[in-house]
Amino acid sequence: MFTSTKNTQRKKRQELIAKYLLMTMTLLIILPLILIIFYLIYQASPILSVDFLLKNPIRGMRDGGIWAPLLGTIYLVLISLLIATPIGVFAAVYLNEYARESWLTRVINLAVVNLAGVPSIVHALFGLGAFVLFAGIGRSILAASLTLAIMTLPVIIASTKEALAAVPVAFRQACWNVGATRWQTIREVVLPNSISGILTGVILQVSRAAGETAPIMFTGAVFYKAIQEGDLLAYGLLDQCMALSMHLFTISTQVPDVPVALPYGTAVVLLGVVLLVNALAIVLRFKIRSRKKW
Amino acid sequence: MRLRELVNSKELLKEWMIEKLIWICGISAIFFVFGIFFFVFREGADYLLRGFKVTEFFTSIEWYPTSRTQVRYGALALITGTFSVTLLAMFIAVPFGLGAAVFISEFCPPRLRESLKVIIELLAAIPSVVWGFIGLTIMNSLILNLFSAPIGLNVLNGGIILALMSVPIIVSIGEDALKAVPDSYREASLALGCTRWQMIFRVLVPAARNGLLAAVLLGVGRAVGETMAVLMATGHSIRIPGGVLEPVRTLTATIAAELGEAPVHSDHYQVLFIIGILLFSITFVVNLTADLVVRGIRRK
Repeated sequence: MFTSTKNTQRKKRQELIAKYLLMTMTLLIILPLILIIFYLIYQASPILSVDFLLKNPIRGMRDGGIWAPLLGTIYLVLISLLIATPIGVFAAVYLNEYARESWLTRVINLAVVNLAGVPSIVHALFGLGAFVLFAGIGRSILAASLTLAIMTLPVIIASTKEALAAVPVAFRQACWNVGATRWQTIREVVLPNSISGILTGVILQVSRAAGETAPIMFTGAVFYKAIQEGDLLAYGLLDQCMALSMHLFTISTQVPDVPVALPYGTAVVLLGVVLLVNALAIVLRFKIRSRKKW
Repeated sequence: MRLRELVNSKELLKEWMIEKLIWICGISAIFFVFGIFFFVFREGADYLLRGFKVTEFFTSIEWYPTSRTQVRYGALALITGTFSVTLLAMFIAVPFGLGAAVFISEFCPPRLRESLKVIIELLAAIPSVVWGFIGLTIMNSLILNLFSAPIGLNVLNGGIILALMSVPIIVSIGEDALKAVPDSYREASLALGCTRWQMIFRVLVPAARNGLLAAVLLGVGRAVGETMAVLMATGHSIRIPGGVLEPVRTLTATIAAELGEAPVHSDHYQVLFIIGILLFSITFVVNLTADLVVRGIRRK
């Protein structure tokens, strides 16, 4: 019969210690954050209401709601989405469907990785230099959205590439064999079969763009701007706008004597938007995975 | 017959145009990276070539961009600020991040693994301005109470916040690297009588070394480039910190704090763009190294 020697016992003990040590480390990363999020919600709870979302900030941003920054963020996100999605999807189509393994694809992939790694404040400098000054757009929603679009492009490229690569080659071959051209195959077979994966990337782009502050600080976001409450078309493309992230920065560092709940409320709304949008992407991904036909 | 040829050629033309469009989008990323460098360089070039004192920039701690008597642009304190905060962040984030990566990939039951990965992904999505706000409020009062530190923000605060921000990247890339190690390695070492811990320490970690290194490098890249969180959580004192409870200012925070006030095309404004070039170069090198390291494993 096998009896455990001292050595195996020692090894067992070692293994248990390692396991629980690593588990504690993992929990130490996650638990405090969950507590922090609950604390944020707790502090914000007195102010959170529908009115908070739909009223402009008043009295030097020391009172009122977050309507103007909320609408500004929606504008920035949607416009950057409109710019980044076609470029990102086509770039991924090129990388996955057309490009062969060559130095060019290597350079492109490297560029995508680097684009994702450029500090957000450098994107801000780029946006200021290229769009605001060189292109002469001026500080505006358009310039800020362009900056955000370029910054979030890698997110869309990466997830679209993954989605396209998941479509089996046999689908394409079948399509080519009935005489379809490359683009017809992509349009009729590849893209429809990967649409939910692409959508996941788009959703992640939204969450990234909604949370960024530095890139819009000098390209189009302002500290304060009053707009018509309840008017969804209150901003023009060349107007400057408020944004949730910028607003949180302003009221928590630049404005004295702000009531405590106000920045907490803004933080919770911003965090809520970003996390909900992300959760949507995750749910969508699980759905695709469980429904795969091939 | 002729009509058909016409239709065909029209189709072909359309196809050709779309393929060109796809190609342009495909290489656009290269243009954007060059564009970023070009336009940031362009704004700072004039001063860089005219009166920029490189030695002063890298060796002096005297950052007096708006001084009336003698303007000085010594960025040493800012560079040290960036590195001290990054170093502290990595000191916390690397052990915890890699530990969590090992736990999630090797010890975790599959159901729990999925949920942990989702949570880590959500953590990665928290906007940096919210992190900054957490540092400013919750973390600051915690540190003041726990360490009886002088009132105000400090390196420790920024370091912890940055660590929490870079942990998700380190965990997810580290976990990918561990997962890429073939199962036959695991089976072989277990068959030889290794415990799981021995297997991880002696077989998996050495095998996944490059991927783990890349994970750390990308964490460093994120920490160096982070702006809003350090702007809000590290204090605003431009000097070389003597300890973790002293305030600092980083390169990124300096740009964010001063660009709004510097008149366009003034020397001060151009020096801020030169700092941008420096940051771009640092992260470029870090990302390039990470990429080369990752390719290294793939080739194997």
